[in-house]
Formats: sequence, C-alpha cells, structure tokens
Amino acid sequence: MVSHLSTDAARRIAEAVPDPEVPVLTLGDLGIIRAVALSETGVDVTITPTYSGCPAMNAIGMDISLALGEAGYGAVRIKTVLSPAWSTDWISAEGHAKLKAFGIAPPHPRGTDLPVVCPHCGSASTSEIAHFGSTACKALWRCNTCREPFDHFKCH
Amino acid sequence: MTTGSITLSDDPLVRFILRRADDALVLGHRLSEWCGHAPLLEEEMALANIALDHLGQARALYSYAAEVEAAGHDEDAYAYRRDPVDYLNLLLVERPNGDFAHTIVRLWLYSAFMSLWWQAMTASKDAQLAALAARAVKEVAYHLRHASNWVVRLGDGTPESLRRAQTALDLLWPYAGEMLTSQPDEAALTANGIAIDPETLRQPWLQRITSDAAQAALRLPSAPFSQQGGRRGNHSEAMGHLLAELQYMQRAYPGAQW
Repeated sequence: MVSHLSTDAARRIAEAVPDPEVPVLTLGDLGIIRAVALSETGVDVTITPTYSGCPAMNAIGMDISLALGEAGYGAVRIKTVLSPAWSTDWISAEGHAKLKAFGIAPPHPRGTDLPVVCPHCGSASTSEIAHFGSTACKALWRCNTCREPFDHFKCH
Repeated sequence: MTTGSITLSDDPLVRFILRRADDALVLGHRLSEWCGHAPLLEEEMALANIALDHLGQARALYSYAAEVEAAGHDEDAYAYRRDPVDYLNLLLVERPNGDFAHTIVRLWLYSAFMSLWWQAMTASKDAQLAALAARAVKEVAYHLRHASNWVVRLGDGTPESLRRAQTALDLLWPYAGEMLTSQPDEAALTANGIAIDPETLRQPWLQRITSDAAQAALRLPSAPFSQQGGRRGNHSEAMGHLLAELQYMQRAYPGAQW
C-alpha cells in the first residue's frame, strides 16, 4: 500500500464521482455513499441504491471502482445497503444549487407541499406535464411565465 | 456451468419471496411490451419507467431469495431457468396487455393492492424485506397515482373510452381475487410477523377500488374471483408464450453473457 492512501482520501475520491444520469451531481451531493473502509485487502465502499429500477446503479459501482483503482487503491468492493432507504432529503444543499443551475428544479423536503419553482426564471407559476420524465427520478414540468419546459427532481 | 431448468424450493420463505418477485418480473415484462407502442410520448416514458421499477423490485427480491435458499442460484437463474409450472406469479399479471385500457385497469387493480402490501411489509420482522418495502412503497405510490388518474380519465371520458375501461374491468375482475387470497404455506411466516396475510388487505383494497371506480363512473362487476392458480404454478397459456420470449436468449445460448 502506498502511503498517501487513506480512508478519508478514498472517501473523497468516491464522493467526487459524477452521477452517470445527472452528471452535474457527484455521488457525494446525492448522498448515496454510506461508508468507505480501507483495509489491508483493499477498500470497501457501501452505497444505498436510489430507485429499485435505477439502471445507473451498476454504472455507479463501476465508476467508483475505476476512480479508486486509478488512484492506486487495489481491490475495490462495492456493497449495497438498503436500510434506511435513500430519500431525496439526503441530497446536499450544494447539490440543490447545482441542480438549479443545471436547469433541474430540485426536490422539496419530503412531506412539504411547496410550489415547484421554474429553474430558468424563478416563477412559482408552473404546471406538471408528466409524472414520469427522462429518468426514474424526474418529472416533466412547464413554466407558465417563461413557457420553458424543465425537469423536476421528484421528492422520494 | 449448469444450464438446465431449475426446480422450485419447498422453503416457505423462498416461495413467499419468489411469488412477489415473479409478479414484479412478469408485470414489468408486460409493461415493457408497450415500449414503442404507447399512445403518447409521455405515456411511453411512464410505462417504461413503471416497468423498470418492477424489474428493479424483482431483481432485489430474487437476489434475496437466492441468499435465503443458498442453493447456488442467482437472480438470472430464477428468471431464465424456471419453467412455467415453477413460476408463482398471479394469473392477473401474466394476462396479455390487450388495449391501453386493459393495461391501465390491470395496473390500477394491482398497484392499489401492492401499495397496501408494501406499506404493511415495512413492518415485517424480516429486516431485508422491510428495507425493500421502504423503498418500494414510494415507487408504488407513483404507479397507483398514474393508473388511477388514467382510470378516471378513461371511465369519465368519451363513450368509447368508458366502454373499453368497463370491458377491461369486467374481464380482469375474476383474476383480481388471487392477490387477496391467503396461501396455506405462508401461515407460519405470517404468524411470525415476516409475511402479511393478504386477506387482511381485502377491505382497504376494495374501498380504494370502489372509490376510484365511482369517480370514473365504472361499475364494479359482481362476478366471483374465480380465476386462481398462478400462486401454485398453474398458469394460463399466456405464461408459456411470455417466458418463451423472456427466456429465449438464455435457453438458446445457455450461460451467454455480455
């Protein structure tokens, strides 16, 4: 093992990996990295899946293995833990700001009933076009003020 | 590598898990058949998304069944190497899609039940099943909302959409009772707080269905729940056709990977 390898460094590398479907977010922003543990035999990364059918979960595991492998961490083992279930409340404040800047309306805290605000013009006069958007985590909305369509990260 | 068909375990917990995994896989497969054929682009995405949720639930349940059974099977072995008689899904989910109304009415009847079932399963004494339930309960809420919104729009829509929705409900009704029926080999699991007796969800399910149907101007059929058997491996002809397509690649090229 090389001396610059540490649990903290491994965690930073794993958390900096971009989400394959919403690349503006890192896995750290998304809040799915539950534990990183360095041992003599390699590194164990524990993640919590977002949606049952999220096709990105396999890609996420591969991307973490690749990033840690390139940084000199030998064997990378990806484990998934289901409980407690991931929720959009785990997305960081920085993640919310990045989503908005990218044109995706961020999720509200679960259990609240706030208006969905247009990420382009800031108007609260918006309407849903479809519950199901381009990925499992998003719905398709439209702004009634600037008339632009946009994605809304669903509360989950 | 073993490549022939696998037979079903007698372990009640394995069978309990496989029943729900099979429901999810088979319904997910049916919904995915709409890919490229849905009536609207938004509906294309919605049905594909819902199919994917079911496939994801099936995978998680199969993986857990494999862990419990500890017979060297994995999720692919359960999906690709069982014959129809070893599948335990509801007859309801294997029925061919029919028209859009038939697909939506089936999704509504099933999701209304599964939203209650997953909610109840979040309290299961089996920690893994409770964890899966905590995630699935959020997904099924979307499925039910989507399906029931459509049921109201179809029923309370044009005379033609009402006719099609009512025809679908009349055809599907005899199949709906199987999901509400207790399975004798699940009694011990229910007594231990691992499983749910589906019978206890019959009234809340009926209430939800009755209320949605009233909004949709649909008449609930009086026919008995006569079509049962999938939970014991007695399937309709449709199941063989479905598996022929689903399993084709692994049956033709055993063990193929890419």
